[in-house]
Amino acid sequence: MSAEHTQIERRSTAVQQPLEWLKGQSRWSVFELLFWVAALIPFFFFPTYLTLFSQIAIAALFAISVDLILGYAGIVTLGHAMFFGLGAYVAGLLSAKLGWGEPITGLMISGAFAGLVGFLVSFLIVRVQHLALIMVTLGLGLLTYELANSMSWLTGGTDGLLGVKTWDILGYFRFDLWGYTAYGYSLAALLIGFLASRRIVNSSFGLALRGIRENTARMPVIGSEYRWHLQKIYTISAVIAGIAGAMLTQTTNFVTLEVLSFQRSADVVVMLILGGTGRLYGAILGALIFLLMRDQLAGINPQYWYFWIGLLLMVVVLFMPKGILGRLSDLVRRFGR
Amino acid sequence: MIGNIAIVLFDGFAFGMLLFVLSVGLSVTLGLMNFINLAHGAFGMIGGYVTVLAMRQFGVPFLLTLPAAFLIAALVSVFFERTLFRRLYRAGELNQVLFTIGLVFVATAVATYFFGTGQQPIVLPSWLRGSVEIAGLRLGVYRIFLIAIALVIVALVYFGLEQTRMGAQIRASVDNQRVAQGLGLDVERIFAVTFALGSGLAGLGGALAIEIVGLDPSFGFHFLVYVLIVVAVGGLGSVAGSFVGAALLGIGDVAGKYFVPEIGSFLIYLLLVGILLVRPLGLFGKR
Repeated sequence: MSAEHTQIERRSTAVQQPLEWLKGQSRWSVFELLFWVAALIPFFFFPTYLTLFSQIAIAALFAISVDLILGYAGIVTLGHAMFFGLGAYVAGLLSAKLGWGEPITGLMISGAFAGLVGFLVSFLIVRVQHLALIMVTLGLGLLTYELANSMSWLTGGTDGLLGVKTWDILGYFRFDLWGYTAYGYSLAALLIGFLASRRIVNSSFGLALRGIRENTARMPVIGSEYRWHLQKIYTISAVIAGIAGAMLTQTTNFVTLEVLSFQRSADVVVMLILGGTGRLYGAILGALIFLLMRDQLAGINPQYWYFWIGLLLMVVVLFMPKGILGRLSDLVRRFGR
Repeated sequence: MIGNIAIVLFDGFAFGMLLFVLSVGLSVTLGLMNFINLAHGAFGMIGGYVTVLAMRQFGVPFLLTLPAAFLIAALVSVFFERTLFRRLYRAGELNQVLFTIGLVFVATAVATYFFGTGQQPIVLPSWLRGSVEIAGLRLGVYRIFLIAIALVIVALVYFGLEQTRMGAQIRASVDNQRVAQGLGLDVERIFAVTFALGSGLAGLGGALAIEIVGLDPSFGFHFLVYVLIVVAVGGLGSVAGSFVGAALLGIGDVAGKYFVPEIGSFLIYLLLVGILLVRPLGLFGKR
């Protein structure tokens, strides 16, 4: 019995029972459990870095939201910071202008608002492809930035939004100076967002998305209406991005225009490609590598750290088209035999 | 009021012509190979720094630095094209976008290392400074010079594409790469030459831009957005499209910032999204 044979056998059962196959795909592995246990390490061993790790968890959630549309559905976007920023501003305004600083409802309202905007935008997104798609997402992102900039009576403009106050979580966990609460809160949100996304990509809907990514023309032929699928995932992605943005506001009590900037849109795609697109752990790993590198390199030389990110990006694209995680899993598979 | 409008139109057109010189190369190479080169603005930046360096270190007159900016940007670009970019022609658009963004990051950091983050001003020769009065309007001499150069380039590019053997080969490759290859055209060589010429023009644009918008290491990123708008609105591979797109964007940008400064840039992006939704291939796009 060769490995090849069992693989063929597995494939034939997959054809017979697609639902069984999907279930097999979504089974938890030991590595995954280990990863989430490892996510608790900063609490005990790096308490001085908790603020950084909280930023990483938020960036990872944002990267997951982009992975859903870019990695799974194949919508290349250079403007997703618009939803991150909308979430951040809604959470900030709730507290600064309306005096509502309850974090969990704040997250929900921000996510719902970003999702609503995402749903409206999705009607435009499905109309265009290729370069026009990249340009429309870029244009919408820049448009939102300029809008927030010109509405400085509401957003505080370039000075940033001051006076954000976040209440204790569930009336019990106070946001502390060290970031224990902030990291626990972000990690919990990341885990929930991850579980939801994991459920989505391992469903038949997730499979349809991958079909759209691979071949848009063939999906309608096999009876799958791709536009509506794309609109759904785009809206879901906007909700998650909005929640990530709101988390940033609540853990830092400050909003600047930077949350809407092109830089943030570009950075998140860079994170994703570093980790590997089309795999949720790629998004998390990418955010981890990117922000750790930024923290360390910016500490050595604040002006030039983008040199190393740029170089890493070029190397990854040329030599590891599936990202660092994809490369690792290829290596594991090769030596695992 | 009418005088103001005329001045805005003139300044906007001059800015648009600058954008045309910066972006026409990208439009043609994108149409030719479908290679999304976001590092195009970085080649423009090279041209700008060549001019600054030549004028300041070696005392070369401004006019003579322009061909140097063109040549060096072209040489650097063809080096990158032959060694790196060509590996990505068959890759997905996302990989092309990210690779070239990575290159812009590196170029920005290298420029910061050698020149610092500050603006790099140059001193123009006296005959290019000041303004002249034509029909009651005070027009900047440098802007007239800019428009004249751009129109010469439009004529050269148009003549080159329409009347020369090389131009016919480029047009054939843009229209249908496979058939062109089947007819025995060396599409890859044609692409390398086009890429060099296009990046050279970007370098020239970068040198010309110093006086209008300044030059600092963020040039590559800052102009990327403008250049992409011109290309996307004009349509891939269309010189006429780039010309109209650049003129529209230049006039729209200057007019927006002059008449409605609060929402000027907002209107530009609104226009971009609107045009692309109605015509996803751009105003003059064919494919």
